[in-house]
Amino acid sequence: MSSLLAQLFPPSTTRNMELSADVLIILTSAAIIYYLTRWHRWKYLWREWLTTVDHKKIGIMYLIAAVTMLFRGGVDALLLRAQLAVPNNHFLGPLHYDEIFTTHGTIMIFFMAMPLIFAMFNIAIPLMIGARDVAFPRLNAISFWLFAFAGFLFNISFVIGGSPNAGWTSYPPLTELAFNPGVGQNYYLMALIVTGIGTTATGINFLVTILRMRAPGMTLMRMPMFAWTTLVTSVLILFAFPPLTVAMVLTLFDRLFGTAFFTIGRGGMPMMYVNLFWLFGHPEVYILVLPSFGIFSEVVATFSRKKLFGYSTMVYSVLAITFLSYGTWVHHFFTMGAGAAVNVFFGLSTILIAIPTGIKIFNWIFTMWNGRIKMTVAMMWALAFIPTFVVGGATGVMLGAVPADYQFHNSYFLIAHFHNVIIGGTVFGLLSGVYYWWPKMTGRLLNERQGKWAFWLFFLGFWVTFMPQYALGFMGMTRRMYTYSHGFGWSSLNLMSTIGAFVMGAGFVVMVYNFVWSQIHGEIDVTGDPWDGRTLEWSTPSPAPEYNFARIPVVTDRDAWWAIKQDHKSNVIQIKPQEIQDIELPKSSAIPFLMGLSFFVFSVGMVFSWWWIAVVGFLGFVVCMLVGTFDYDDHKEVPRQVIQNTESALGRLQG
Amino acid sequence: MNLPVEPNATQTKLPLEFTDNHESLKILGFWSFLATDLLLFASLFAVYAVYQSRIGMAGPSPDQLFKLGPAVVETLLLLTSSFTCGLAVYEMRHGHKTGTIAWLIVTILLGIGFVTTEIREFVSYIALGDSWHHSAFLSAFFTLVGTHGAHVSFGILWAITLIIQLAGRGLTTITTRKMYMFALYWHFLDIIWVFIFTVVYLNGKI
Repeated sequence: MSSLLAQLFPPSTTRNMELSADVLIILTSAAIIYYLTRWHRWKYLWREWLTTVDHKKIGIMYLIAAVTMLFRGGVDALLLRAQLAVPNNHFLGPLHYDEIFTTHGTIMIFFMAMPLIFAMFNIAIPLMIGARDVAFPRLNAISFWLFAFAGFLFNISFVIGGSPNAGWTSYPPLTELAFNPGVGQNYYLMALIVTGIGTTATGINFLVTILRMRAPGMTLMRMPMFAWTTLVTSVLILFAFPPLTVAMVLTLFDRLFGTAFFTIGRGGMPMMYVNLFWLFGHPEVYILVLPSFGIFSEVVATFSRKKLFGYSTMVYSVLAITFLSYGTWVHHFFTMGAGAAVNVFFGLSTILIAIPTGIKIFNWIFTMWNGRIKMTVAMMWALAFIPTFVVGGATGVMLGAVPADYQFHNSYFLIAHFHNVIIGGTVFGLLSGVYYWWPKMTGRLLNERQGKWAFWLFFLGFWVTFMPQYALGFMGMTRRMYTYSHGFGWSSLNLMSTIGAFVMGAGFVVMVYNFVWSQIHGEIDVTGDPWDGRTLEWSTPSPAPEYNFARIPVVTDRDAWWAIKQDHKSNVIQIKPQEIQDIELPKSSAIPFLMGLSFFVFSVGMVFSWWWIAVVGFLGFVVCMLVGTFDYDDHKEVPRQVIQNTESALGRLQG
Repeated sequence: MNLPVEPNATQTKLPLEFTDNHESLKILGFWSFLATDLLLFASLFAVYAVYQSRIGMAGPSPDQLFKLGPAVVETLLLLTSSFTCGLAVYEMRHGHKTGTIAWLIVTILLGIGFVTTEIREFVSYIALGDSWHHSAFLSAFFTLVGTHGAHVSFGILWAITLIIQLAGRGLTTITTRKMYMFALYWHFLDIIWVFIFTVVYLNGKI
């Protein structure tokens, strides 16, 4: 019994910080359970959300999960910055600091950015291409629940069993059992394997959806730009995640079953892991940023009231980035000694990517040129992106120059660079998308004044945080060091960076306030087209009915909805009662949720090497698969009378 | 050549599984899945290719370890099962439910033969003390070949559920789609095996 307790609660989970987190977690859970019970919401939660296969609801769940994870990852970031604020600080111990930067990085990449991207895919893509759902609705829900349970698994590590502490890249030999006992690293591996399976399924889903479910007349070159970037992101996911899964599984085998993949004594090679990880890791960078490029293309065109400049060059440059992104992974370890010829090849391919990216930047600027620009919050995020991303891109080219990289490698210059591109590119883009599509999701507009406060705090906080870090990198401060002495001259720059981080934190708080306030008091979007939009999602009511389109639209041009409005044919969204037909929709199912739960149980068994629990989880998965394969009753017909009533309530019925 | 062109109904008609849009979408989705699975194996092959010479202090080399006998038997069984799986699809395309099920049963039996031979091969290596703990080469070998074996075992279970559905529901758009996907999967594993036989066993014996 006491050995079990020692395994569940090692010393790293009984520090004051973790114990106070325990109290908060218990209180919050109790409050949620009380609320659900008091207002009899359990049934509603299960029926409408946990078992849903509707892409619009899955998108909202992804969004809520991502914002929650942004909070967790953000608290980690503030703890790190608080530790580094002054020299010789002992707010966090060295091991504690290691744990927190590991969870910060892993959560931000896999459990914040990825779900926020999938939120945008789910909310916008089917509506944008004129489809009633994604190609495989149930698989879509499975993807979500695998992600959600993997995120839950990763997040409980710091209070039960101990956090992983080998960095978000988790290189061996530091992750080998001999150097890293305890279960923390197992948590990392299982969480990434499970969420990786879900992500791969999402890639397959959106690839098939976009290739095969576009409205009649929407050729590939008439697709909205966001559909294009979603398509290539899906392809990138298919090709990038298998090497990650292999890297994780091999490490897990080393830790749990004593194989010799990365132990040098028995012939293993840690560099094998590094190569596999970055074969995933570099395409992952483009998986993160390309969806944002798509969002900027939509937002900039809409709020400049002009069509996107250079549409076809945009498409070709996205394809070029996709292709080149597979030839750059070695630039993450130029200093590992691969030799001059190899390094030069990967240095050049890295620098080459700047060309298609630069083309896109110019295209956005030319789209705005002579446009009637409307300064909404969504547009401000897009505008803020351009200078921020250009700085991040330019420092990326500096890092890609091999000789210089030997100087910058693993310094704060690198930290500043990748935050510059991932926050300036991915996060700004996704927040732009959240402000842009929020009315479509919820039926209410976000308050613009609060949104602008959040924007300015976050944007200015960002620059104050990360610009000093470039200088710190030049001055010799390396990543992952938990403290430093007085004499280095790093103190004031570090303090400035910490102040900036807290300003960003304030921006996040204002933003969440903005979301909650607007959900209660926000202006209701009655038209479904608050921005005078250009693409098909704005032809539907906000929020769109379950079946999205009572009649599938016919597309004759790029920016389909704009073309319809220009031709004064916007009354096509009015439907005559006799034209309404029954619509077949996917039926809700408990299988995705239960499958996620099975994976969770299986993972807990693997993490703690409790094999019988792992077997139970695995059997649960098998049962879910069997029930799924024999379940032919996965569709329902929405009768035309129901559709007629819905359309009539929305004021979209003719005659 | 002046052959008369006859409008042949069986040639111009779409196979049943492609006639329904939902089912046809799933086939494209399954092709995409196979692409990811191919990359999973490609990664494992890359690991094996690097590790085959890294045999640790005392461990056996591929040449010392492998016996070609079981590998040849496994190859024959799996290649034959791929042929019988093709016959099952042939029968399905001609609307013969019983023929489809019969060839599927033969496929499963050959698959079980393959898996048992492979397990016996693995056990014989481990009995000599050459388990996957010993060297990077052995870890890579058991992981690559074992992953393939696990795929085949999953395929056998899948085929059993298919037989139950085919027997109960006959050849519908859904059951033929599932059968077609299974056939894609099975042939895919066959191709992977051809590479394993070449890269692992033949190359190891040179």
